[in-house]
Amino acid sequence: MNVALFYALTGAGIFTLGLHGVIIYRHLLRKIMAINIMGSGVFLVLAGLARRVPAGPPDPVPHAMVITGIVVAVAATALALVLLLRLLDVSGSVVLPDNEEE
Amino acid sequence: MSSGGARLARSSRETLPVWQRLLIAALMLALFAGLALALLSLPGQSEGLRQEVAAQLARSGVSHPVTAVLINFRGYDTLLEMAVLLLALVGVWSLAPAAQLRLERAGAVLERLAQLYGPLMLLVAGYLLWRGAHAPGGAFQAGAVLGAAGVLMLLAGRHPAASLTGWPLRLVAVLGLALFAAIAALLLAGGGALLQFPPEHAARLILLIETAAAISIGATLAALFLGGQHGGGAAR
Repeated sequence: MNVALFYALTGAGIFTLGLHGVIIYRHLLRKIMAINIMGSGVFLVLAGLARRVPAGPPDPVPHAMVITGIVVAVAATALALVLLLRLLDVSGSVVLPDNEEE
Repeated sequence: MSSGGARLARSSRETLPVWQRLLIAALMLALFAGLALALLSLPGQSEGLRQEVAAQLARSGVSHPVTAVLINFRGYDTLLEMAVLLLALVGVWSLAPAAQLRLERAGAVLERLAQLYGPLMLLVAGYLLWRGAHAPGGAFQAGAVLGAAGVLMLLAGRHPAASLTGWPLRLVAVLGLALFAAIAALLLAGGGALLQFPPEHAARLILLIETAAAISIGATLAALFLGGQHGGGAAR
């Protein structure tokens, strides 16, 4: 197994851990953080796969996608955090309501 | 949000029964196995699009392949990304008015640090922007540093004047997208394809777009921070 593939597999593991967090945590801040961890996993997969070249500098296209993705992830996180604050303002709760409780 | 920490602890995973947690863990393991199989089935060595990028690099106006891909070859990505940033800012502003500022006064160390770092960060942002043409760097990195400088200033209690957070801030936030779209439209009107820069002007156009994009990204990131800064209940 080469180094590039090791990074990509690690990225897949981080992505899966993040998805696990999104599912099991009820606190929305934790969910937002878990989604960011998922995103980091995807970036690591892209950066790892870009390194599969035989020699020389890595493939620039996945790197450009990662740069684009980071900025989008930051913007989406900011929007999610403000939505969370708004939910706290309106309902006083930081978790989404359960259907069974209604 | 004083009870945020307590809530964070209380609402963690203990609400899920053990069998559900085991099931989710098993599903996640299966997903990871599937992803790993997919990754392992890829060829161990691949040129990707490196050769194609290298072949066209001389006509792109810059000598750094990542910048060439970002602004020139895959300009759509960057153009739409600027739109996503703007949409996020519009969303944040429509949920929490930026006028609601309740930042506490910063300590002396932070204030002094902001005084020292502010100009330095502007310098670094300018350097990264210029450097992007031939080495790692460019509009996003410069924009991120500008945004961080803005956040540092806000944390140090240096708020922008109220007159600057209205139309001037909006204009700066739209600048990058507007200029990028205007250049794309002009090229289209001039008979070229959308976002196809003529090689003889590409270097200047890319520098122009990147400068506007960096300023817009920096302002938008700082404004996103500002917009989310209001205290609970203060907005309404």
